[in-house]
Amino acid sequence: MTVKYTSDHEWISFDEAGPATVGITQHAQDALGDVVFVDLPAIGKTFEKGAVAGVVESVKAAADLYMPVGGEIVEVNEALRADPSLANSDPQAAGWFFKVKVADPGETDALLDQGAYDELVKNA
Amino acid sequence: MTPTDPTTTASPAPLLHTPLYALHLELGAKMVPFAGYAMPVSYPQGILAEHRQCRDSAVLFDVSHMGQLRLHGKEAAAALETLVPVDVIGLAPGKQRYALFTNDAGGILDDLMVTRRDDHLFLIVNAACKEADTAHLRAHLATRCLIEPLPERALLALQGPKAAAVMERLAPELTKLTFMTGADAIIHGIACFATRSGYTGEDGFEISVAALEAEALARALLAEPEVAPAGLGARDTLRLEAGLCLYGHDIDTTTTPVQAGLTWAIQKARRPGGARAGGYPGDSVISAQLADGASSKRVGLVGLERVPVREGAAIVDDAGVGVGRVTSGTVGPSVGQPIAMAYVPAGLATPGTMVHADVRGKRQPMRVSPLPFAPHRYFRG
Repeated sequence: MTVKYTSDHEWISFDEAGPATVGITQHAQDALGDVVFVDLPAIGKTFEKGAVAGVVESVKAAADLYMPVGGEIVEVNEALRADPSLANSDPQAAGWFFKVKVADPGETDALLDQGAYDELVKNA
Repeated sequence: MTPTDPTTTASPAPLLHTPLYALHLELGAKMVPFAGYAMPVSYPQGILAEHRQCRDSAVLFDVSHMGQLRLHGKEAAAALETLVPVDVIGLAPGKQRYALFTNDAGGILDDLMVTRRDDHLFLIVNAACKEADTAHLRAHLATRCLIEPLPERALLALQGPKAAAVMERLAPELTKLTFMTGADAIIHGIACFATRSGYTGEDGFEISVAALEAEALARALLAEPEVAPAGLGARDTLRLEAGLCLYGHDIDTTTTPVQAGLTWAIQKARRPGGARAGGYPGDSVISAQLADGASSKRVGLVGLERVPVREGAAIVDDAGVGVGRVTSGTVGPSVGQPIAMAYVPAGLATPGTMVHADVRGKRQPMRVSPLPFAPHRYFRG
C-alpha cells in the first residue's frame, strides 16, 4: 500500500487494485482537538479532486473534508460515524473516513509523499 | 496595549499576556488570541476531558484577562444604580450580584459581577469590554465616586464539585461561603479575595489575587490531586450547558434583558412600582417589555440529530424563511447532544416546540428546551 498526503492534512492509502482509503492525519486531529461529529459522503456519489466530500467537526469548529483524488464513494466508516473520537485516537487506521474508487490513478502523482508531508508539518 | 506604529502596514498589535502565560506554555496549552490576549483554549488532555473533569472533580481557569475594578465612596452604589437595572444599594456586605450595563435602547453593553465589600464595590467585567466599561463608568460616575481599575490583579476560577474539598485543605474559611458571597482569605500564604461563584454551573470559587502572586497560587491549586487546568474551550462548553450567556454572542447591544430572559437579575426595587424604579439607561423600553413581554426570546435548543448547530445558523420556519438566529452552539459533552441558544419569536419559545436550524443548507430539527441543559449545583449552605 502506498500512502500519500494532501496539504490539507489528509492521507490517502492505495494500491494498484481496489478502492483507496482516505482519512485525516495525526497532525490534523491534533490541530482540530476532540472530534465530535463527522458528516460522511453518500455512497455512490462521485466527486472531483478537491471537491468538498464531507465535514469533520471538533468541539469548536467545522472543517471541510476534501477529495484528494476524484472518484466514486464506495464505502464510509460507520464505526467513525458512531464514535467520532476514533478520528483522534486512531486517525491513520481505525479512524478512516471513506473509500473511493479512484477515477484517474495519475491524480495521486501530484500528492505529497511521506517526506514532503513531514516537511510541511515541520514548517506548519 | 502596545500601540502599533501607524507608518507600518498592518501587522496586528502583539497579544497581551496574563501573569500565567509562562505557566500555560509550561503546561503544554494550545494558545489562541482572545480579547487581545494570548489565552489557553485547551491543555493536552483536551476540551472534552477538561469539561468532564470540571463536572466530576475540579479544574482551574485563568481568567486574568477580565477587568477588575473598585468603586469607592458613600455614593458608589447609588451611582452604579444609574447604569444598571439592579439593586446595588440593597446588596448586603459580602454579597455578589449579576448585573448588566444597559444603553438607551434597553440593549446590553456588558454583563458583570458586583460584590459589596466593606468599603467599596468590587466589579468584574468582560475582557473585551473592560476599556469601554471603564470609560462608561468614568463618563457617568466620575463626579460621584472614585473609579479604580485594578490592572495589577489576576483572577483564577476553581470550579467543580471537588473545589470545596480542595479549599477545605487550603483555606477552610472559604468553605463556609454560600453561592454568590465573598470573603478575604489566605491561600498558601497568599492574600486573596474569593467569591463562591463562577461560569460553569458547578460549585466553585473565583479568586482575585495580586498579579505577582498569581503563578504561585495557581501552582498551589494545580498541585492538589483533584485539580487540572482547563482553557477557554471547556469554559465555553461548560457555560453553554449551564445556560449562561456569553456577551457579544447571546447578549449584546441589540438584546434587552427581557428578550434575553435575564429579568431575574432585575430586583423588585428597580422594577415599575419598586422603591427605586427605573433611573438606568433604556428603562422605559425595559419597563414596557416587563409589562407586555418581548416579541423575541432567548431559548435553549437541543438537536434531535447528531449535527452540531452553531452560532450564526438561522432558525427557519416550514417555508424556509428565517425567523430567528442561533447565538451559541456546540455538542454538550455532559448532555451528549448538540445544544444551542437562539432567539426565536415569542410564539415559538415554549419548551417542547419543534423548530429547524439551517446547517449547510439542510434543516436540522431541534426542540426548545428549558435552561440550563445541565443542572446547576451551586452551594446554598
